[in-house]
Amino acid sequence: MSVLEVLAAGPLTTVQDRGRAGHADLGVGPSGAADLDSHTLANRLVANPPGAAGLEATLGGLRLRAHGDLTLAVTGAPAPLTVDGHTAALNSVLHVADGSELALGTPGRGLRTYVAVRGGIDVPPVLGSRSTDVLAGLGPDVLVPGTRLPVGPAPEGMPGIDLAPVGPVGASEVVLRAEPGPRADWFTGAALETLFTGAFEVTPRSDRVGARLSGPVLERAREGELPSEGMVAGALQVPPGGEPVLFLADHPATGGYPVVAVVCAADLPLAAQARPGTRVRFAPWRRTP
Amino acid sequence: MPATDEGFDLRILPCADRGLLLEVADLDEVVSLNAALAENTPEGVSDVVPAARTVLLRLETGTDPERVVSALADLRRPAGTGAERGETLTVPVHYDGEDLDDIADLTGLSPREVVAAHTGTPWTVAFCGFSPGFGYLVGGDPRLDVPRRSEPRTQVPAGAVALAGTFTGVYPRVSPGGWQLLGRTDARVWDPERDPPGLLRPGVRVRFEEAS
Repeated sequence: MSVLEVLAAGPLTTVQDRGRAGHADLGVGPSGAADLDSHTLANRLVANPPGAAGLEATLGGLRLRAHGDLTLAVTGAPAPLTVDGHTAALNSVLHVADGSELALGTPGRGLRTYVAVRGGIDVPPVLGSRSTDVLAGLGPDVLVPGTRLPVGPAPEGMPGIDLAPVGPVGASEVVLRAEPGPRADWFTGAALETLFTGAFEVTPRSDRVGARLSGPVLERAREGELPSEGMVAGALQVPPGGEPVLFLADHPATGGYPVVAVVCAADLPLAAQARPGTRVRFAPWRRTP
Repeated sequence: MPATDEGFDLRILPCADRGLLLEVADLDEVVSLNAALAENTPEGVSDVVPAARTVLLRLETGTDPERVVSALADLRRPAGTGAERGETLTVPVHYDGEDLDDIADLTGLSPREVVAAHTGTPWTVAFCGFSPGFGYLVGGDPRLDVPRRSEPRTQVPAGAVALAGTFTGVYPRVSPGGWQLLGRTDARVWDPERDPPGLLRPGVRVRFEEAS
Protein backbone atom coordinates (compact mmCIF):
# COMPACT_ATOMS: atom_id res chain seq x y z
CA MET A 1 0.00 0.00 0.00
CA SER A 2 1.21 3.50 -0.81
CA VAL A 3 1.83 5.89 2.03
CA LEU A 4 2.23 9.64 2.47
CA GLU A 5 4.77 10.32 5.18
CA VAL A 6 4.55 13.65 7.01
CA LEU A 7 7.97 15.32 7.27
CA ALA A 8 6.62 18.64 8.58
CA ALA A 9 3.05 19.59 9.46
CA GLY A 10 3.16 23.41 9.62
CA PRO A 11 0.96 25.24 12.15
CA LEU A 12 -1.98 22.79 11.79
CA THR A 13 -2.65 20.08 9.24
CA THR A 14 -5.58 17.70 9.57
CA VAL A 15 -7.24 14.95 7.56
CA GLN A 16 -10.60 16.14 6.20
CA ASP A 17 -13.41 14.85 4.06
CA ARG A 18 -16.93 16.24 3.72
CA GLY A 19 -17.66 15.73 7.43
CA ARG A 20 -20.02 13.85 9.70
CA ALA A 21 -23.68 14.48 8.96
CA GLY A 22 -26.41 12.62 10.78
CA HIS A 23 -25.08 12.56 14.36
CA ALA A 24 -25.85 16.11 15.49
CA ASP A 25 -28.64 14.80 17.75
CA LEU A 26 -25.87 13.11 19.76
CA GLY A 27 -24.01 16.39 20.07
CA VAL A 28 -21.56 15.66 17.25
CA GLY A 29 -20.60 18.65 15.11
CA PRO A 30 -20.30 18.51 11.32
CA SER A 31 -16.52 18.93 10.92
CA GLY A 32 -15.17 18.33 7.38
CA ALA A 33 -13.10 20.58 5.12
CA ALA A 34 -13.57 24.21 6.13
CA ASP A 35 -13.33 25.32 2.48
CA LEU A 36 -15.39 22.61 0.85
CA ASP A 37 -15.01 24.15 -2.63
CA SER A 38 -11.22 23.78 -2.62
CA HIS A 39 -11.45 20.29 -1.12
CA THR A 40 -13.92 19.25 -3.82
CA LEU A 41 -11.74 20.65 -6.59
CA ALA A 42 -8.66 18.80 -5.31
CA ASN A 43 -10.56 15.52 -5.34
CA ARG A 44 -11.94 16.21 -8.81
CA LEU A 45 -8.46 16.84 -10.22
CA VAL A 46 -7.26 13.38 -9.14
CA ALA A 47 -10.62 11.78 -10.10
CA ASN A 48 -11.48 10.84 -6.52
CA PRO A 49 -15.09 10.60 -5.44
CA PRO A 50 -16.13 13.82 -3.63
CA GLY A 51 -16.15 12.11 -0.24
CA ALA A 52 -12.49 11.03 -0.35
CA ALA A 53 -10.35 12.31 2.52
CA GLY A 54 -7.47 14.70 1.88
CA LEU A 55 -5.34 17.08 3.89
CA GLU A 56 -6.12 20.60 5.07
CA ALA A 57 -2.98 22.63 5.83
CA THR A 58 -3.40 25.89 7.74
CA LEU A 59 -0.89 28.54 6.61
CA GLY A 60 1.17 25.96 4.73
CA GLY A 61 4.36 24.52 6.16
CA LEU A 62 3.45 20.98 5.14
CA ARG A 63 6.08 18.63 3.72
CA LEU A 64 5.20 15.13 2.54
CA ARG A 65 7.20 12.22 1.18
CA ALA A 66 5.59 9.78 -1.27
CA HIS A 67 6.09 6.09 -0.63
CA GLY A 68 4.89 4.66 -3.93
CA ASP A 69 4.15 6.57 -7.15
CA LEU A 70 1.29 8.92 -6.30
CA THR A 71 -0.98 11.38 -8.07
CA LEU A 72 -1.66 14.54 -6.06
CA ALA A 73 -3.40 17.88 -6.44
CA VAL A 74 -3.03 21.01 -4.33
CA THR A 75 -5.77 23.66 -4.15
CA GLY A 76 -6.98 26.49 -1.94
CA ALA A 77 -4.75 29.15 -0.38
CA PRO A 78 -1.89 29.70 -2.84
CA ALA A 79 1.13 28.35 -0.99
CA PRO A 80 4.43 28.20 -2.91
CA LEU A 81 4.58 24.57 -4.01
CA THR A 82 7.59 22.43 -4.89
CA VAL A 83 8.13 18.79 -5.77
CA ASP A 84 11.73 17.76 -5.09
CA GLY A 85 12.63 21.43 -5.04
CA HIS A 86 11.09 22.22 -8.45
CA THR A 87 8.22 24.69 -8.55
CA ALA A 88 4.88 23.05 -9.28
CA ALA A 89 1.44 24.48 -10.06
CA LEU A 90 -1.57 24.60 -7.80
CA ASN A 91 -4.88 23.37 -9.19
CA SER A 92 -3.10 20.86 -11.43
CA VAL A 93 -2.51 17.12 -11.54
CA LEU A 94 0.90 16.25 -10.06
CA HIS A 95 2.59 12.92 -10.65
CA VAL A 96 4.89 12.40 -7.68
CA ALA A 97 7.33 9.50 -7.90
CA ASP A 98 8.17 7.11 -5.09
CA GLY A 99 10.55 8.84 -2.67
CA SER A 100 9.82 12.34 -3.89
CA GLU A 101 9.03 15.20 -1.55
CA LEU A 102 6.20 17.71 -1.88
CA ALA A 103 6.53 20.92 0.10
CA LEU A 104 4.17 23.82 0.76
CA GLY A 105 5.55 27.23 1.76
CA THR A 106 3.44 29.84 3.50
CA PRO A 107 0.60 31.16 1.34
CA GLY A 108 0.74 34.88 0.56
CA ARG A 109 -3.03 35.11 0.93
CA GLY A 110 -5.84 32.87 2.11
CA LEU A 111 -5.53 30.46 5.01
CA ARG A 112 -6.15 26.83 4.09
CA THR A 113 -4.45 24.75 1.40
CA TYR A 114 -5.80 21.33 0.39
CA VAL A 115 -3.90 18.28 -0.77
CA ALA A 116 -5.75 15.42 -2.44
CA VAL A 117 -4.10 12.12 -3.26
CA ARG A 118 -5.56 9.77 -5.83
CA GLY A 119 -7.17 6.98 -3.77
CA GLY A 120 -7.77 9.23 -0.77
CA ILE A 121 -6.27 9.12 2.72
CA ASP A 122 -7.40 5.72 3.98
CA VAL A 123 -7.43 6.12 7.77
CA PRO A 124 -10.29 4.38 9.61
CA PRO A 125 -13.49 6.45 9.57
CA VAL A 126 -15.11 7.49 12.87
CA LEU A 127 -18.90 7.92 12.76
CA GLY A 128 -18.80 7.72 8.98
CA SER A 129 -16.10 10.33 8.43
CA ARG A 130 -12.31 10.57 8.34
CA SER A 131 -12.39 14.23 9.40
CA THR A 132 -10.56 15.49 12.47
CA ASP A 133 -12.91 17.48 14.70
CA VAL A 134 -10.53 19.57 16.80
CA LEU A 135 -13.31 20.67 19.18
CA ALA A 136 -14.89 17.28 19.91
CA GLY A 137 -11.67 15.29 19.61
CA LEU A 138 -13.09 12.89 17.04
CA GLY A 139 -11.36 11.39 14.02
CA PRO A 140 -7.67 10.98 13.27
CA ASP A 141 -5.03 12.81 15.28
CA VAL A 142 -3.68 16.14 14.08
CA LEU A 143 -0.68 15.41 11.82
CA VAL A 144 2.81 15.47 13.31
CA PRO A 145 6.18 14.78 11.69
CA GLY A 146 6.44 11.04 11.29
CA THR A 147 2.72 10.42 10.73
CA ARG A 148 2.31 7.82 7.98
CA LEU A 149 -0.94 8.18 6.09
CA PRO A 150 -2.13 5.13 4.14
CA VAL A 151 -3.38 5.87 0.62
CA GLY A 152 -6.46 3.98 -0.58
CA PRO A 153 -6.86 2.09 -3.85
CA ALA A 154 -7.12 4.32 -6.93
CA PRO A 155 -10.66 4.93 -8.18
CA GLU A 156 -11.67 3.67 -11.64
CA GLY A 157 -11.91 7.08 -13.29
CA MET A 158 -8.79 8.75 -14.64
CA PRO A 159 -8.03 12.46 -14.20
CA GLY A 160 -9.80 14.23 -17.07
CA ILE A 161 -8.04 17.59 -16.93
CA ASP A 162 -4.49 18.66 -16.14
CA LEU A 163 -5.27 22.10 -14.81
CA ALA A 164 -8.40 23.73 -13.39
CA PRO A 165 -8.92 27.47 -13.87
CA VAL A 166 -10.01 28.94 -10.55
CA GLY A 167 -10.43 32.44 -9.22
CA PRO A 168 -7.98 33.75 -6.64
CA VAL A 169 -8.41 32.26 -3.17
CA GLY A 170 -8.01 34.62 -0.24
CA ALA A 171 -8.24 38.42 -0.28
CA SER A 172 -7.59 41.30 2.10
CA GLU A 173 -11.33 41.99 2.21
CA VAL A 174 -14.26 39.62 1.75
CA VAL A 175 -17.97 40.26 1.44
CA LEU A 176 -20.12 37.49 2.89
CA ARG A 177 -23.81 37.25 2.04
CA ALA A 178 -25.87 36.70 5.18
CA GLU A 179 -29.47 36.71 6.31
CA PRO A 180 -30.69 37.98 9.70
CA GLY A 181 -30.64 34.88 11.86
CA PRO A 182 -32.90 33.03 14.28
CA ARG A 183 -32.22 35.47 17.14
CA ALA A 184 -32.01 38.73 15.19
CA ASP A 185 -34.80 39.97 17.47
CA TRP A 186 -32.37 39.84 20.40
CA PHE A 187 -30.53 42.77 18.78
CA THR A 188 -31.52 46.37 18.13
CA GLY A 189 -32.42 47.57 14.66
CA ALA A 190 -29.29 49.69 14.79
CA ALA A 191 -27.21 46.56 15.44
CA LEU A 192 -28.56 44.92 12.29
CA GLU A 193 -27.83 48.06 10.31
CA THR A 194 -24.31 48.10 11.74
CA LEU A 195 -23.85 44.46 10.81
CA PHE A 196 -24.63 45.12 7.16
CA THR A 197 -22.77 48.43 6.85
CA GLY A 198 -19.81 48.14 9.21
CA ALA A 199 -16.42 46.53 8.69
CA PHE A 200 -15.14 43.71 10.87
CA GLU A 201 -11.74 42.09 11.10
CA VAL A 202 -10.78 38.43 11.60
CA THR A 203 -8.80 38.16 14.84
CA PRO A 204 -5.92 35.78 15.57
CA ARG A 205 -8.15 33.79 17.95
CA SER A 206 -9.73 32.06 14.97
CA ASP A 207 -9.61 28.36 14.25
CA ARG A 208 -11.61 25.55 12.66
CA VAL A 209 -14.38 26.13 15.21
CA GLY A 210 -14.96 29.67 14.04
CA ALA A 211 -13.60 32.95 12.75
CA ARG A 212 -13.67 35.47 15.57
CA LEU A 213 -14.39 39.02 14.50
CA SER A 214 -13.54 42.38 16.01
CA GLY A 215 -15.46 45.46 14.99
CA PRO A 216 -18.40 47.64 15.95
CA VAL A 217 -20.50 46.49 18.90
CA LEU A 218 -23.77 44.77 17.99
CA GLU A 219 -26.10 46.08 20.66
CA ARG A 220 -28.62 43.76 22.22
CA ALA A 221 -32.28 44.63 22.46
CA ARG A 222 -32.80 42.30 25.38
CA GLU A 223 -30.87 40.87 28.26
CA GLY A 224 -31.04 37.40 29.71
CA GLU A 225 -29.78 34.00 28.78
CA LEU A 226 -30.80 31.95 25.80
CA PRO A 227 -31.35 28.23 26.40
CA SER A 228 -28.79 26.32 24.30
CA GLU A 229 -29.97 25.57 20.79
CA GLY A 230 -28.74 23.86 17.63
CA MET A 231 -26.15 25.71 15.55
CA VAL A 232 -25.30 25.70 11.84
CA ALA A 233 -22.03 26.44 10.07
CA GLY A 234 -22.21 30.07 8.98
CA ALA A 235 -24.01 31.18 12.13
CA LEU A 236 -22.72 34.47 13.55
CA GLN A 237 -23.00 34.00 17.30
CA VAL A 238 -22.63 37.03 19.56
CA PRO A 239 -21.48 36.48 23.15
CA PRO A 240 -22.22 39.38 25.51
CA GLY A 241 -19.40 41.90 25.31
CA GLY A 242 -17.27 39.51 23.27
CA GLU A 243 -16.10 39.04 19.73
CA PRO A 244 -18.77 37.66 17.40
CA VAL A 245 -17.88 34.16 16.19
CA LEU A 246 -18.64 33.05 12.67
CA PHE A 247 -18.99 29.29 13.01
CA LEU A 248 -16.96 27.10 10.65
CA ALA A 249 -16.67 23.32 10.22
CA ASP A 250 -15.83 22.27 13.81
CA HIS A 251 -18.51 24.36 15.49
CA PRO A 252 -20.30 22.81 18.48
CA ALA A 253 -23.62 21.10 17.75
CA THR A 254 -25.39 23.48 20.13
CA GLY A 255 -24.60 26.90 21.54
CA GLY A 256 -25.99 29.26 24.13
CA TYR A 257 -25.48 32.73 22.63
CA PRO A 258 -27.88 34.39 20.21
CA VAL A 259 -27.20 34.11 16.46
CA VAL A 260 -27.70 37.49 14.81
CA ALA A 261 -27.20 36.35 11.21
CA VAL A 262 -26.30 33.30 9.11
CA VAL A 263 -23.91 33.32 6.14
CA CYS A 264 -25.25 31.46 3.10
CA ALA A 265 -23.71 28.10 2.23
CA ALA A 266 -22.07 29.33 -0.97
CA ASP A 267 -20.00 31.96 0.88
CA LEU A 268 -18.72 29.77 3.68
CA PRO A 269 -15.53 28.82 1.75
CA LEU A 270 -14.70 32.54 1.52
CA ALA A 271 -15.05 32.81 5.30
CA ALA A 272 -12.86 29.74 5.75
CA GLN A 273 -10.08 31.38 3.71
CA ALA A 274 -10.17 34.66 5.66
CA ARG A 275 -6.92 34.76 7.60
CA PRO A 276 -6.47 36.92 10.70
CA GLY A 277 -6.40 40.57 9.64
CA THR A 278 -8.86 40.08 6.77
CA ARG A 279 -11.60 42.71 6.62
CA VAL A 280 -15.08 41.22 6.56
CA ARG A 281 -18.26 42.91 5.40
CA PHE A 282 -21.73 41.42 5.31
CA ALA A 283 -24.18 41.91 2.44
CA PRO A 284 -27.84 40.92 2.52
CA TRP A 285 -28.44 37.42 1.16
CA ARG A 286 -31.60 37.02 -0.87
CA ARG A 287 -33.33 33.72 -1.35
CA THR A 288 -33.45 32.93 -5.04
CA PRO A 289 -36.53 31.12 -6.32
CA MET B 1 -51.75 25.89 23.13
CA PRO B 2 -51.51 23.11 20.60
CA ALA B 3 -53.01 20.17 22.45
CA THR B 4 -56.37 20.50 20.71
CA ASP B 5 -55.29 19.28 17.29
CA GLU B 6 -52.71 16.82 16.03
CA GLY B 7 -50.27 19.39 14.64
CA PHE B 8 -47.56 21.48 16.31
CA ASP B 9 -47.55 25.13 17.25
CA LEU B 10 -44.19 26.14 15.80
CA ARG B 11 -42.30 29.39 15.56
CA ILE B 12 -40.05 28.91 12.51
CA LEU B 13 -36.83 30.92 12.72
CA PRO B 14 -34.55 31.36 9.68
CA CYS B 15 -30.93 30.17 9.31
CA ALA B 16 -30.38 31.30 5.68
CA ASP B 17 -30.05 28.19 3.47
CA ARG B 18 -28.37 26.17 6.24
CA GLY B 19 -31.30 25.29 8.44
CA LEU B 20 -34.58 26.07 10.13
CA LEU B 21 -34.88 26.54 13.86
CA LEU B 22 -38.25 25.41 15.21
CA GLU B 23 -39.19 26.94 18.55
CA VAL B 24 -41.92 25.39 20.69
CA ALA B 25 -43.49 26.14 24.07
CA ASP B 26 -41.48 23.86 26.32
CA LEU B 27 -39.28 20.79 26.64
CA ASP B 28 -42.23 18.36 26.49
CA GLU B 29 -43.09 19.80 23.10
CA VAL B 30 -39.43 19.42 22.02
CA VAL B 31 -39.52 15.72 22.91
CA SER B 32 -42.79 15.25 21.05
CA LEU B 33 -41.68 17.26 18.00
CA ASN B 34 -38.37 15.41 17.86
CA ALA B 35 -40.21 12.08 17.89
CA ALA B 36 -42.49 13.25 15.08
CA LEU B 37 -39.50 14.40 13.02
CA ALA B 38 -37.65 11.14 13.64
CA GLU B 39 -40.61 9.25 12.20
CA ASN B 40 -41.11 11.63 9.33
CA THR B 41 -37.96 13.56 8.47
CA PRO B 42 -38.59 16.07 5.68
CA GLU B 43 -36.58 15.53 2.50
CA GLY B 44 -33.34 17.54 2.39
CA VAL B 45 -32.81 17.54 6.17
CA SER B 46 -29.40 16.13 7.17
CA ASP B 47 -29.68 16.45 10.95
CA VAL B 48 -32.44 16.97 13.51
CA VAL B 49 -31.01 18.66 16.61
CA PRO B 50 -33.30 18.94 19.63
CA ALA B 51 -32.40 21.32 22.47
CA ALA B 52 -34.18 22.84 25.47
CA ARG B 53 -36.79 24.90 23.65
CA THR B 54 -36.03 24.26 19.99
CA VAL B 55 -35.42 21.66 17.32
CA LEU B 56 -32.95 22.61 14.58
CA LEU B 57 -33.31 21.12 11.13
CA ARG B 58 -29.94 21.25 9.41
CA LEU B 59 -30.35 21.27 5.63
CA GLU B 60 -28.36 19.48 2.95
CA THR B 61 -26.66 21.84 0.51
CA GLY B 62 -29.09 22.97 -2.15
CA THR B 63 -32.25 22.26 -0.16
CA ASP B 64 -34.90 24.96 -0.48
CA PRO B 65 -35.93 25.92 3.08
CA GLU B 66 -39.42 26.84 1.85
CA ARG B 67 -40.06 23.29 0.73
CA VAL B 68 -39.13 22.01 4.17
CA VAL B 69 -41.44 24.59 5.75
CA SER B 70 -44.27 23.25 3.57
CA ALA B 71 -43.53 19.70 4.70
CA LEU B 72 -43.73 20.79 8.34
CA ALA B 73 -47.38 21.77 7.92
CA ASP B 74 -48.21 18.09 7.48
CA LEU B 75 -46.29 17.00 10.55
CA ARG B 76 -48.48 15.14 13.06
CA ARG B 77 -47.93 14.10 16.63
CA PRO B 78 -46.83 10.49 16.87
CA ALA B 79 -49.47 8.20 18.35
CA GLY B 80 -49.13 7.20 21.98
CA THR B 81 -47.08 8.66 24.77
CA GLY B 82 -43.32 8.78 24.81
CA ALA B 83 -43.34 5.87 27.21
CA GLU B 84 -45.05 3.65 24.67
CA ARG B 85 -42.84 4.72 21.78
CA GLY B 86 -39.27 4.83 22.96
CA GLU B 87 -36.86 2.03 23.71
CA THR B 88 -36.01 1.66 27.38
CA LEU B 89 -32.44 1.39 28.55
CA THR B 90 -31.47 0.20 32.04
CA VAL B 91 -28.37 1.85 33.47
CA PRO B 92 -26.82 0.28 36.61
CA VAL B 93 -25.33 2.87 38.95
CA HIS B 94 -22.99 2.64 41.94
CA TYR B 95 -24.46 5.41 44.11
CA ASP B 96 -21.22 6.48 45.78
CA GLY B 97 -20.78 9.95 44.22
CA GLU B 98 -18.79 12.65 45.96
CA ASP B 99 -21.82 14.95 46.07
CA LEU B 100 -24.41 12.45 47.31
CA ASP B 101 -24.49 13.97 50.81
CA ASP B 102 -24.72 17.51 49.39
CA ILE B 103 -27.58 16.42 47.15
CA ALA B 104 -29.33 14.97 50.19
CA ASP B 105 -28.88 18.27 52.08
CA LEU B 106 -30.08 20.33 49.10
CA THR B 107 -33.22 18.24 48.57
CA GLY B 108 -34.04 17.56 52.22
CA LEU B 109 -33.91 13.83 51.55
CA SER B 110 -31.67 11.21 53.06
CA PRO B 111 -28.99 9.73 50.78
CA ARG B 112 -31.05 6.53 50.54
CA GLU B 113 -34.13 8.53 49.58
CA VAL B 114 -32.10 10.30 46.88
CA VAL B 115 -31.18 6.90 45.43
CA ALA B 116 -34.78 5.74 45.65
CA ALA B 117 -35.97 8.91 43.89
CA HIS B 118 -33.36 8.59 41.12
CA THR B 119 -34.19 4.93 40.47
CA GLY B 120 -37.93 5.23 41.09
CA THR B 121 -39.00 7.11 37.97
CA PRO B 122 -38.06 6.50 34.34
CA TRP B 123 -36.23 9.39 32.65
CA THR B 124 -36.23 10.42 28.99
CA VAL B 125 -33.30 11.81 26.99
CA ALA B 126 -34.52 15.22 25.83
CA PHE B 127 -31.45 16.36 23.92
CA CYS B 128 -27.66 16.10 23.76
CA GLY B 129 -25.12 18.86 24.17
CA PHE B 130 -21.95 19.93 25.95
CA SER B 131 -19.94 17.13 24.35
CA PRO B 132 -20.67 14.22 21.99
CA GLY B 133 -22.93 11.68 23.69
CA PHE B 134 -23.83 13.83 26.71
CA GLY B 135 -27.61 13.46 27.06
CA TYR B 136 -29.85 15.73 29.12
CA LEU B 137 -32.42 13.45 30.79
CA VAL B 138 -35.75 14.81 32.02
CA GLY B 139 -38.92 13.57 33.62
CA GLY B 140 -37.44 12.33 36.88
CA ASP B 141 -38.68 12.75 40.42
CA PRO B 142 -39.37 16.51 40.84
CA ARG B 143 -37.77 16.50 44.31
CA LEU B 144 -34.39 16.00 42.61
CA ASP B 145 -33.85 19.66 41.74
CA VAL B 146 -30.37 20.90 42.65
CA PRO B 147 -28.18 23.78 41.47
CA ARG B 148 -24.89 23.20 39.70
CA ARG B 149 -21.83 23.23 41.89
CA SER B 150 -20.58 26.74 42.51
CA GLU B 151 -17.08 25.56 41.53
CA PRO B 152 -17.03 23.20 38.57
CA ARG B 153 -14.59 20.30 38.75
CA THR B 154 -11.73 20.42 36.29
CA GLN B 155 -12.02 16.68 35.76
CA VAL B 156 -15.10 14.49 36.05
CA PRO B 157 -14.53 10.82 35.26
CA ALA B 158 -16.22 9.03 32.37
CA GLY B 159 -19.38 7.27 33.54
CA ALA B 160 -20.12 9.76 36.33
CA VAL B 161 -23.88 10.02 36.92
CA ALA B 162 -24.87 13.52 37.93
CA LEU B 163 -27.66 16.01 38.57
CA ALA B 164 -28.15 19.68 37.67
CA GLY B 165 -31.44 21.53 37.86
CA THR B 166 -34.08 18.92 37.12
CA PHE B 167 -31.76 17.16 34.64
CA THR B 168 -29.74 14.03 35.14
CA GLY B 169 -26.89 12.92 32.88
CA VAL B 170 -23.96 10.58 32.43
CA TYR B 171 -20.54 12.01 31.54
CA PRO B 172 -19.55 10.22 28.32
CA ARG B 173 -15.83 10.79 28.78
CA VAL B 174 -13.44 12.54 31.13
CA SER B 175 -14.17 16.26 31.04
CA PRO B 176 -14.57 19.33 33.22
CA GLY B 177 -18.03 19.54 34.76
CA GLY B 178 -20.21 21.42 37.21
CA TRP B 179 -22.97 18.88 37.82
CA GLN B 180 -23.51 17.25 41.25
CA LEU B 181 -22.09 13.73 41.26
CA LEU B 182 -24.52 11.02 42.39
CA GLY B 183 -22.52 7.97 41.42
CA ARG B 184 -21.00 6.16 38.49
CA THR B 185 -21.95 3.56 35.93
CA ASP B 186 -19.87 0.96 34.14
CA ALA B 187 -22.17 1.25 31.11
CA ARG B 188 -20.26 2.79 28.21
CA VAL B 189 -22.75 5.43 27.14
CA TRP B 190 -20.43 6.72 24.39
CA ASP B 191 -18.23 4.73 22.03
CA PRO B 192 -17.52 6.21 18.59
CA GLU B 193 -16.54 2.76 17.31
CA ARG B 194 -19.97 1.34 18.10
CA ASP B 195 -23.28 1.66 16.24
CA PRO B 196 -25.08 3.51 17.70
CA PRO B 197 -22.13 5.43 19.17
CA GLY B 198 -24.27 7.00 21.90
CA LEU B 199 -26.76 5.09 24.04
CA LEU B 200 -28.38 8.28 25.32
CA ARG B 201 -30.00 9.43 22.07
CA PRO B 202 -32.93 11.86 22.26
CA GLY B 203 -36.18 9.99 22.87
CA VAL B 204 -34.58 7.01 24.66
CA ARG B 205 -36.15 6.20 28.03
CA VAL B 206 -33.76 5.38 30.84
CA ARG B 207 -34.32 3.54 34.07
CA PHE B 208 -31.48 3.78 36.58
CA GLU B 209 -31.02 0.85 38.96
CA GLU B 210 -28.69 0.37 41.88
CA ALA B 211 -25.75 -1.79 40.83
CA SER B 212 -25.17 -4.78 43.07
